[in-house]
Amino acid sequence: MDNVNILLGTRKGLLVYQYHHNKWHLRDVFFEGIPVTLAHFDPIKKTWWALLDHGHWGCKVHRSMNGKDWEELPAPIYPENAFAKEGVRASTRLLWAFASDPSSDAIWMGTEPGGLFKSESNGRDFILNQALWNHPSRMEHWFGGGRDYAAIHSILLHPDNPNNILVGISCAGVFESTDAGLHWRPINNGLKADFLPNPNAEVGQDPHLLVRCQAKPDVLWQQNHCGIFRSTNGGRNWEEVSETNGPAKFGFAIAADAEDPDVAFVVPAVSDENRIAVGKELIVCRTRDGGKTWDRLQNGLPKGPSFDIVYRHALDLNREWVAFGTTTGNVYVSSNSGEEWTCLSNHLPMVNSLEFFDAN
Amino acid sequence: MAQVYITSNLKRFFKDIDQISIACTTVQEGIERLDQEHQGIQSYLLDDTGALRKHVNIFVNGTMVQDRKTLRDKVAAKDKIHIIQALSGG
Repeated sequence: MDNVNILLGTRKGLLVYQYHHNKWHLRDVFFEGIPVTLAHFDPIKKTWWALLDHGHWGCKVHRSMNGKDWEELPAPIYPENAFAKEGVRASTRLLWAFASDPSSDAIWMGTEPGGLFKSESNGRDFILNQALWNHPSRMEHWFGGGRDYAAIHSILLHPDNPNNILVGISCAGVFESTDAGLHWRPINNGLKADFLPNPNAEVGQDPHLLVRCQAKPDVLWQQNHCGIFRSTNGGRNWEEVSETNGPAKFGFAIAADAEDPDVAFVVPAVSDENRIAVGKELIVCRTRDGGKTWDRLQNGLPKGPSFDIVYRHALDLNREWVAFGTTTGNVYVSSNSGEEWTCLSNHLPMVNSLEFFDAN
Repeated sequence: MAQVYITSNLKRFFKDIDQISIACTTVQEGIERLDQEHQGIQSYLLDDTGALRKHVNIFVNGTMVQDRKTLRDKVAAKDKIHIIQALSGG
C-alpha cells in the first residue's frame, strides 16, 4: 500500500498526503490560503493539476510535471461572442471538471457558465467547444444550481472510443458526443427533475456527478439532485437506484469501482432543503449489487452530531482504499471497502476535491 | 509617468513587482502596459470580457474608477494609481 497518495483540493490550498510505513503523512502543501476547486493527477501524462479560484483574482490553472514545481498557465477564456445569457458576456467563473485524452496531448476542462474547453497542448491554450456552447437547449433550458449559471462538473472520455465524450452539467443534464465533440445530444431518458414543471424534461436535469466503471464503460452512475441513477447502456437509459426507505438518495458525491460494475459508494445528505448529514450522523452507503441494496458503513465515523456533507469531487476509491473529505474539514479513509474508517484529520479546511494517485 | 501601487496580496503572485512607473492616458492602457512588463497580471485584474474583476478596485489619485467595464478613466502624468482588492474574511 506504500506510496499511495491523496490529493486534497481545499478552501485553503492543495494538500498532499502519502501513505508510508503504515501511516498517512501530510507530505506537501501548495497554494497555501488559496481555494483549490479541483486537484488532479493525470497518470497518462504524468502531470499534476491545480484549478484555483482566487475569488479576487479569478480562476487560475496551475500545472506541475514533478509534483513539486508549479507553473501557471493561461486559464480558459470565453471568446468575445460568447454570451452566458442575452446581453451578458460569458466569463470563466469556475473551473470544475478535468479529463485527459489517453491517446493524445488533449485535455478538457468544464466551467461555469457552462463552457467546455479543450486544449490540444496539455494546457498551453484552450478553445471553447462551440458545438456544446451553441447547443439550442442552452439559452432556454440550462440554468444554475446553487450558482448563477449552469456548470460542467463531469467529463468522461470513453476508455476504448476516443470519439465518445459525456459531460454532466448542473443544471442541464448529461450530454453525449459520439464524434469527439463536433455534435452533442442530451441523454437523460429515465432521469427525473422533480423541481421542474415537467420532471421528465429532456434538458434541465441536475446530475451532481457522473462516474463510470472503467472496466465496463457502458455502466454509468450519477448522484443526481433527485436520487441515484445507473445506466448499463452508456447513458441511453437511466434507472433510479435510490433507497426507498433509507439514506441513499440525495447527495453530491458518487464513486464507482473501476473493475466491478455493481459497486459504488455515496455519502448521503438529508435533502435538498436541509443539506446536512443524514440524522446528523456521517454515513457512507455502498452497493455491491448495482444499486438494488445499499449497505450503511459507519464504523469509525463520528456518531454525531455531524453536519458534514461531501462535495461532488471529494469521494474516491482505488483498488485498496476509499476516502472522502467533508465541508467541515474532516477526511476519512478506509482500507477495507468502507467497513471501517480511520480519521486522517479533523482540522482541515473545507474539502472541495479528493483523489488517490500513485505517481510511480 | 503615472505611479502604480499594487496591493501586497497581488505581489505574492508577481514577486518582482515594486513601485512602477507607467506612461498611459487611461486605466485600461495602464493595465495593458503593466501586463507587458508583468505577463499575466491583466488576467488577475480583468475578467474574460475585459471588465474589472468584481472584487478588485482601482483608484486614480484616490478616486475610484467609474468605468469598470472598459476602464476608460483618464490618467495624467504624475497621477497615482492604486490597485487593491476588496477586503473579505474567512
